Amino acid sequence: MNLQPEDWNALWITLKLAATSTIILIILGTPLAWWLSQTRFRGKFLIEAIVALPLVLPPTVLGFYLLVALGPNGPVGGFFKAIGGQPPVFSFEGLIIGSVIYSMPFVVQPLQDAFKSIGTRPLEVAATLRATPWDRFWFVAVPLARSGFVTAAVLGFAHTLGEFGVVLMIGGNIPGETQVVSIAIYDHVESLAYTQAHWVAGTLLVISFLLLVGVYAGNRKFRVWKP
Amino acid sequence: MSIDAHIQIDRGTFQLNARLELPARGVSAVFGPSGSGKTTLLRALAGLEPCPDSRIIVNGTPWQTPTKYLATHERPVGLVFQEPSLFEHLTVQANLDFGRQRVSKSAQTIPLDHSIELLEISPLLKRYPHQLSVGEQQRVAIARALAVCPEWLLLDEPLAAMDAARKREILPYLETLCRETDLPILYVSHSREEVARLADHLVVLDEGKVIANGPAIEILSNLALPLAREPNSAAIIETTVAGQDHTFGLTLLDFAGGQFQVTHHDLPVDTPVRLQVQANDVSLTLERPIHTSILNVFKAEVAEMAEAGPAHVLVKLTVGSNSDSDSTLLARITRKSAEQLALKPGLAVHAQIKSAALIN
Repeated sequence: MNLQPEDWNALWITLKLAATSTIILIILGTPLAWWLSQTRFRGKFLIEAIVALPLVLPPTVLGFYLLVALGPNGPVGGFFKAIGGQPPVFSFEGLIIGSVIYSMPFVVQPLQDAFKSIGTRPLEVAATLRATPWDRFWFVAVPLARSGFVTAAVLGFAHTLGEFGVVLMIGGNIPGETQVVSIAIYDHVESLAYTQAHWVAGTLLVISFLLLVGVYAGNRKFRVWKP
Repeated sequence: MSIDAHIQIDRGTFQLNARLELPARGVSAVFGPSGSGKTTLLRALAGLEPCPDSRIIVNGTPWQTPTKYLATHERPVGLVFQEPSLFEHLTVQANLDFGRQRVSKSAQTIPLDHSIELLEISPLLKRYPHQLSVGEQQRVAIARALAVCPEWLLLDEPLAAMDAARKREILPYLETLCRETDLPILYVSHSREEVARLADHLVVLDEGKVIANGPAIEILSNLALPLAREPNSAAIIETTVAGQDHTFGLTLLDFAGGQFQVTHHDLPVDTPVRLQVQANDVSLTLERPIHTSILNVFKAEVAEMAEAGPAHVLVKLTVGSNSDSDSTLLARITRKSAEQLALKPGLAVHAQIKSAALIN
């Protein structure tokens, strides 16, 4: 293998970032998506617009605002400072915060669609079978939305994997700390190290492909009962 | 023990304002055309339709009052929807267990095995819903509703989504269910036939209002109501098996007005049997007909008459002398015949019944 130690580092940080962000996104996105799919709240469209914002904003714009907010003088950074911590800019934690916001629509929207497509009937049936609202969510809505969870996780993971602009703005480019693969490749290309760039890019390509193959093969099994 | 409810729902274009008093035994049917509010009524009873202005008291417990709302999962009902609506991600067994395991052991008054046997679904238990026919799915849905041991079983047109063949497949199960459990059942339907076969008590709904409420047999032959005016209208007669005529392969059925002779049915003496007599199968004569091929001829009195279309008249007849237990027949005859016979209420006639069908 022709990968240098800092490339391995970048690869490891990227995968760690994507995995952590995906887990956090599922944890935060599920209740949000459920609420959006069920609520009759009139201002729902506002929340939906905010969630979808990262889809249309240039990543550098989002990154810029995050930089300001997470920096020592921003509200989030200031809070971290006040409780005796470090402002999360230029750190792995900062990258996670950025990724979660940046990839939010890719997780919330498939989940919201999946919950919506269940319809009200199975939930009504569950209610007549003595299931409490909490029961209905866990034992009816979540299992029936299973393929939505797979899609949401894949999209959330993949989108974080390909992140560039936001990471550059708030993470800087600290090897071993905040340098992710996409930036490492950019660096190699900038310094005309094409062979190196090939190796890193190719590795990421293979990993991504294998991941998707695994997920879709697994998801096919989930769908046996779908017509 | 009963349902005492006043359900009021205002949806702008649709208003439901129904006063309901139902006995806590037997089968009560809510009959009405589509859009009359039957399903909404049932959903309101189950707590699925918000109706803050309504009042629902069941067996003395308030389910809905202006200050109280008992959530669906806290109401002791079982509900079967028009579509089977099984949980697709669960096997038949797991579908049955879903509600069962949420009911305390002490409240499990209906054995699950009994429901499985009644609906003949034991060969299906390991399958997934998509591997079942619609009829099988609906049978599972009924068993699933029974599994929570409800105090009331609510059925929302359980046959409406099915073709005629499927209906014939499921109806016997419903009949067995109605006969063999002492669970009070509320059955919503727009089919006169299903109501005639199953209902003891009948509520007729039209445009969100209750237009009739009473014993099914009386309401089915009430000329003022739409049920009697349907083209296939019929009267229901309660009879009991009196014996068999083996020489001619006939079964004898006693009722208030005499004895019916119908084609052989293998039933023990004294079995109660409901007989359905189509209004189109009854003809009238003033004198007792002799030399006729028709076996069932009864003395009757014209009770009431109503026009039925340009050429026909519906005649309601009282059969049997005893006014406590007399039976009612409907006859659809031409207006010309009615005029030639000078039919009028109070007139004594003979009713010739061309055919009668056992309905359960």
